[in-house]
Amino acid sequence: MSEKPMPDRVELRRVSKVYEGVTVVETLDLSIAAGEFVVLLGPSGSGKTTLLNMIGGFANPSSGQVLIDGEDVTDLPPARRPTATVFQDYALFPHMSLAANVAFGLRMRKAPKAERLAKAAEMLRLVGLEGFSNRGIHQLSGGQRQRVALARAMAVEPKVLLLDEPLGALDLALRRQMQEELVRLQRRLGATFVHVTHDQEEAMSIADRIVVVNKGRIEDMGPPDRVYLKPASLFAAKFMGESNVLGGRVVESQGGEVKVETALGAILAPGTGAVGTAVHLALRPEQLLLAPHTHGVSLGRGRVEELSFQGTHCRCHCRVAGQDLILRAPVSAGLTAGQEVSLYAARTDVVLLQR
Amino acid sequence: MSAVYRWAPWIYLAIALLFIFLPVLVLVQFSFQGGMAPVPPFDGPSLKWWGKVLANRKITDGLWNSLLVGLGSASVATVLGFLAAYSLARKRRRLSGFYQFLLMAPITVSYLIIGMGLQITFNQLGLGKSLWAIGIGHVVINLPLTFAILYSQLGEHQANIERAAYDLGAGDWRVVLEITVPMLWPSLLAAFFIAATLSWDEFVIAFLMSRFDVTLPVVIWSMLRSGLSPELNATGTLVFIISILAVGVVEFLLWRSRKQHV
Repeated sequence: MSEKPMPDRVELRRVSKVYEGVTVVETLDLSIAAGEFVVLLGPSGSGKTTLLNMIGGFANPSSGQVLIDGEDVTDLPPARRPTATVFQDYALFPHMSLAANVAFGLRMRKAPKAERLAKAAEMLRLVGLEGFSNRGIHQLSGGQRQRVALARAMAVEPKVLLLDEPLGALDLALRRQMQEELVRLQRRLGATFVHVTHDQEEAMSIADRIVVVNKGRIEDMGPPDRVYLKPASLFAAKFMGESNVLGGRVVESQGGEVKVETALGAILAPGTGAVGTAVHLALRPEQLLLAPHTHGVSLGRGRVEELSFQGTHCRCHCRVAGQDLILRAPVSAGLTAGQEVSLYAARTDVVLLQR
Repeated sequence: MSAVYRWAPWIYLAIALLFIFLPVLVLVQFSFQGGMAPVPPFDGPSLKWWGKVLANRKITDGLWNSLLVGLGSASVATVLGFLAAYSLARKRRRLSGFYQFLLMAPITVSYLIIGMGLQITFNQLGLGKSLWAIGIGHVVINLPLTFAILYSQLGEHQANIERAAYDLGAGDWRVVLEITVPMLWPSLLAAFFIAATLSWDEFVIAFLMSRFDVTLPVVIWSMLRSGLSPELNATGTLVFIISILAVGVVEFLLWRSRKQHV
């Protein structure tokens, strides 16, 4: 007798969303495992927040089903789903103390007062706001409000915590700090986090898995390093940080490698493709080299047009055969504007993009 | 030249303020007149006329009637304004723009027309003139204001706060009573006091809708018919002081709520 496999924590089955005649989410599937930290990454208007709202119950899919632990919750209101949302503007109750904010969910569940207060104190300690129980919301800084919003959502012990651009309003240093804290909290609670952001650096630093969303479709999905190094689509390559993208046509395909004719000449890349198809090749700025690589490709000679010192490296614009290439050169290379350079790349670094 | 540029705005401001407040200041000053006529020369100060005002049953009755109508109609206008604002701000439905227009429309109609309309309607319904009728008239003129004030406070941020409460398991009634109303408390009080202040010194509708029980502005009007006297000045000052107190409360509440929401 085969054991029935554990259902996924969250499963979106053939969901779509049409809003006032506009398709916000195309029909798609998405599964999230228990304990996973998933980041929905995309530009504004990509449909990532709609996906989050479908899980939380704030948006009904036009078609398809939403399942949590195998149970169909498509028609349940937010209150009756085992989810809790952290809102971008925190949405704290301005007329209540911190403890009352955090204990609100338990009060709605009719938990006894002693239990509520204990839980509120525990949650506030967890987010580093011990001893702030009786403060008012307006006495807090942005970062502190963010923590209260987290504590309030976690106090009801949701199976899935939904975070809607929770760090969007914080300054850069605080955002980095909160990213680390989010990951630490998630590990500690073993909870499932679904986090929405348009910041690809944030996505890479916190996610177990990134789901790149654009125009209501999933463009790519996978661990951050894979999505960054081997993006599945042109959009994913461009959105996940800087990329040099070359348009071309497949002229040869054999042994798991293709030869693509581009403006910089023929370039070999890992992958397969029918001869004659139009494709793109992508290379990260840090993958462009100034010296030949043993299993490398030559990209030709060009001129350094512009360069700026960034501390750890020099960011240069090079003009090669009419193409603008961005390069991260080591400071020790001592490049100067107007200098002629030869550019190379490792063959395995070149990413072939079919779509 | 530069001295002119520096002082001209201040001089202009002083003249404008004087223009607005001089009549009120004169009114207040001559309520303390010693003699019979509220005209210069000033021969006070004396509290003689204030004593007469407070002993005048017509005036004190009018004062209580005005307070009753003001507080009563303001309460009703605030509750109705809140319910209308809440439903239009939260429930998207067809024609909501049209409903909003209908709610705001009375603000463009003159009090005289509204008063006449109410009079005709009440006549047909067989309802007499009374403090109730005045109160209903004041709800009609104040509802657009309370609605507009409260509607402006029910934005997307407040909607998110309500969503958070729903998300944590609160039902509709709990969200309204435990989240929306407390969150809007300063605005609710501000709307209430503005409505009460406007009702407090409203004359046209109060005049058209009253017979035996009259409000203070109607009392003042009937006293005016027998000529000026420092007693009138004292009554007017009383009206002015109570209005200013109410406006002061509104300003304080709005200031405090702004400070809280930074």
